[in-house]
Amino acid sequence: MHATTTLLTSTTSRQPRNFRWRVVDIVIASVIGVASGLIFVVWNQAYNPLSGLLTPLLPGLQALLGGGWLFAGVLGGLIIRKPGAALYTELLAAVVSTLVGGTAWGATILVSGLVQGLGAELVFALFFYANYRLVVALLAGAGAGLALAVNDLLLWYPGSAVPFITIYTASSIVSGIVVAGLLSWLAMRGLARTGALSRFAAGRSNRTQV
Amino acid sequence: MTPAAAASVSGASVVARGWGWRHAGRRGWAVNGLDLRIEPGERVLLLGASGAGKSTLLHALAGVLGGDEEGEQRGQLLVNGAEPTAARGQAGLLLQDPDSQVILARVGDDVAFGCENLGVPREEIWRRVSDALDMVGLNLPLSHPTSSLSGGQKQRLALAGVLAMRPGLLLLDEPTANLDPGGVLDVRDSVARVLENSAATFIVIEHRVAVWQNLVNRVIVLDAAGGVLADGHPDDVLTRQGERLAAAGVWVPGRGNGLTASRRETSSASAPGSVPLLRTPGLAVARTRVGVLARDIDLTVHAGTALAVTGPNGAGKSTLMLTLAGLLKPAGGAVLASPEFAGGADEEPIRWKSRQLLTRIGTVFQSPEHQFVAATVRAELAVGPRALKRPEANINARVDEVLQRLRLDHLAEANPFTLSGGEKRRLSVGTVLATQPRLLMLDEPTFGQDLRTWREIVALLDELLREGTAVVAVSHDTDFVVALADREYHLTGRAGRSVTPRAAVSR
Amino acid sequence: MSVLTPARGTQAIFRINPVAKLAAALLLAGVLILTIDWVSAVVALACEFVLFFWAGLSLKAFAVRTLPVWIAAPTAGVTTLLYGQAAGAVYWSFGLVNVTEGSLELAIATTLRILAIGLPSVVLFVTVDPTDLADGLGQVVKLPARFVLGGLAGLRLVGLFLEDWRSLELARRARGIADRGVLRRLLSQAFALLVLSIRRGSKLATAMEARGFGAPVRRTWARPSSFRGREVALVGIGLAVALLSVSVSVATGSWNFVLT
Repeated sequence: MHATTTLLTSTTSRQPRNFRWRVVDIVIASVIGVASGLIFVVWNQAYNPLSGLLTPLLPGLQALLGGGWLFAGVLGGLIIRKPGAALYTELLAAVVSTLVGGTAWGATILVSGLVQGLGAELVFALFFYANYRLVVALLAGAGAGLALAVNDLLLWYPGSAVPFITIYTASSIVSGIVVAGLLSWLAMRGLARTGALSRFAAGRSNRTQV
Repeated sequence: MTPAAAASVSGASVVARGWGWRHAGRRGWAVNGLDLRIEPGERVLLLGASGAGKSTLLHALAGVLGGDEEGEQRGQLLVNGAEPTAARGQAGLLLQDPDSQVILARVGDDVAFGCENLGVPREEIWRRVSDALDMVGLNLPLSHPTSSLSGGQKQRLALAGVLAMRPGLLLLDEPTANLDPGGVLDVRDSVARVLENSAATFIVIEHRVAVWQNLVNRVIVLDAAGGVLADGHPDDVLTRQGERLAAAGVWVPGRGNGLTASRRETSSASAPGSVPLLRTPGLAVARTRVGVLARDIDLTVHAGTALAVTGPNGAGKSTLMLTLAGLLKPAGGAVLASPEFAGGADEEPIRWKSRQLLTRIGTVFQSPEHQFVAATVRAELAVGPRALKRPEANINARVDEVLQRLRLDHLAEANPFTLSGGEKRRLSVGTVLATQPRLLMLDEPTFGQDLRTWREIVALLDELLREGTAVVAVSHDTDFVVALADREYHLTGRAGRSVTPRAAVSR
Repeated sequence: MSVLTPARGTQAIFRINPVAKLAAALLLAGVLILTIDWVSAVVALACEFVLFFWAGLSLKAFAVRTLPVWIAAPTAGVTTLLYGQAAGAVYWSFGLVNVTEGSLELAIATTLRILAIGLPSVVLFVTVDPTDLADGLGQVVKLPARFVLGGLAGLRLVGLFLEDWRSLELARRARGIADRGVLRRLLSQAFALLVLSIRRGSKLATAMEARGFGAPVRRTWARPSSFRGREVALVGIGLAVALLSVSVSVATGSWNFVLT
């Protein structure tokens, strides 16, 4: 394995793409999933009072808060850069938030996690897991937002009127773009600068050689 | 492990031929041009300045450096004639950080983990688990939660996990650097017992040489410039290279710590009668609302003096320090600032505003990373002065001064998280010094530091004390306490407590 | 928090493979989600409240753990009441708000449905030990072991994350920046936690690899995880409750398929 190592000439030199997950990929994806799951729990507590404030303004606007449950997948996808990363981190975060307790939505959270993770995952797949620029991050956030809207409207607000559906969907996509897309991308870039991602392509492409 | 079972493991040989490794994204080689031969059953202490690539070598021998994505190899490195990655489990690696090595929630499961990964049959696994736990002297039920173990116990647990894999090559990467003195001895004794009953080849990295000196029969010193600097019998190498090693930060036995005398002997600043800053009538401290860790603490902190807080793990030393620092609420009694020290602020530091703490009490946390809030070293040092709304020119001048004093000027634009351990420690002290507090709180400031950083910290604190700053330091490090403390407060657990001003400097 | 302190006890429920609990909860949820009518939800809830006696929880623990469900269910109900599809008599109308006979009926059904789905899954998960769940997912469901165990190892870091969070909070006060800007400080703290956790994770990954994790060998399992009579019975109970709810609902003519 080592004997055939290719020579690195500069930071821009491309390694052959390797889609197999290394142990460190799995563990870091897990850590991101777990940490995100804890944030979900905090967010679960905050959701009810906050949505109580937003909903009277415009019904469906509470979906603006959805991003708090969507960033895990996008962040995982941006850092790990392997097929399934977004799906795995989002799903794990959902599992952890259920295990840690305090979720009202019980086992269905797992379904939400799966669907939302898929939303982000599909966007990364559309770019062949080769492009992780800001635009792609925002699109992945939007994908997760759309998935959230579809899932919620079917599961929790079936039989809603059309204006509610429209506002809810638009709000969750906006939330996905801003919270899940932009914030995750900024976090990824910040993490790369701290050197924490030195074992990842995400860390090396965002940092100059030292 | 029963002696017989352990003996059935034969030691592995190690060969390096012109071996080198460069981490992906780095320009320089972490290890380069290494030629080395270690025979089966040899016991080796691996030394070298920080940055000489000791850890990289050990990680490579354990086969955990990663593949092509993570770096580039040159030359050859063989364990028992094969690439280390080809035979997982023949080398067992014990790392530095106890918290990051516990993998599962229950003691038995954690030890079994390695065996499971190697495909050992179930019945055989549990036999090995109890053997390994015996071997390291950890007599706990298999279902005992790993989260409740002390640092030393965690390291012994990790050692048991490694031993259960029956490795022919045992690799220890600074296994005791993060432990208190009791933990260090426990781990050392466990390893000694293992080595007595095992034929495994043994390599340990450690900058406190005295811990392992009697367990090894060979010392290899890596050269930061590449290759081997010295290699031979421990006594020979330590005598011939002692000075050079000490300069590189290695604690060489018999050479002391480079200080000629302790502060108590040379200074007069600690004379009684100096200005009192804080007093703690009937103080009790606790982390959570329940569970008082220590009570009836009556202390006075004087300007220009150093107070060391010592005691066993879990006695509440850090909690006491954080309470004195105005960060945690007292669980009973009070922490009171003298009117002169409070300078217009409330009498109780816990009621001070975050900003009011800056010029009064500076706190250096055990883990520097917890304190970092900015993207560059320069910005990090400016955080405090900026919060005080000092004029910009003023801030810049102060930051430059601190950068120089702590030898961080060449790193001014670096991200704080990317610094080395010693640099991070200096920066965390620097962030506090930037606002010139009159009282300095430090939690294990010398923990895991090499001799060079240790000396720098001691010298810096000595200077500050002479300038009239008061210092309160939690420390397990006897050398540090002897070198700096005017008084020692020994916390002994729940109710017990005692103030023992060190009568004489014992060495 | 159940991850840090999984409830322990001697009742049968504690010995049931978590995979069966997961399956029962998902099965029940999967069926009840198909319809919005109060009849199916009430039937399910009635059965569940009888079954909760064997759930291994004291009344107090039950109340504490399920509190979020009791809050969330009526919240969602009110949303539906105000903005659900209008039908029948109009009671109150203001802007987008339309309280009608139809939306009232939907609201009641929604509230009960969330309770019927949420309560059993919360209750079943309280007695789940993460290690047992991972063993089950790896051996019974046969999910890839590397991912299941990676997730489990990550989960163990929760306790350390909480300690880190506390220290980060104190450190910010000590640095003089805790007086204002709560949102900014929280973001900076969350970021610092992410940095610390990824560093910890990298070290954990190395420690796991050093113990042969990810080696190209067929892994064995030290703890057997089996799916036998008990487990089949639990899933069977879940199925029975689901089927009973559906039958009663259809028989009374209240079945109201979600997508229609």
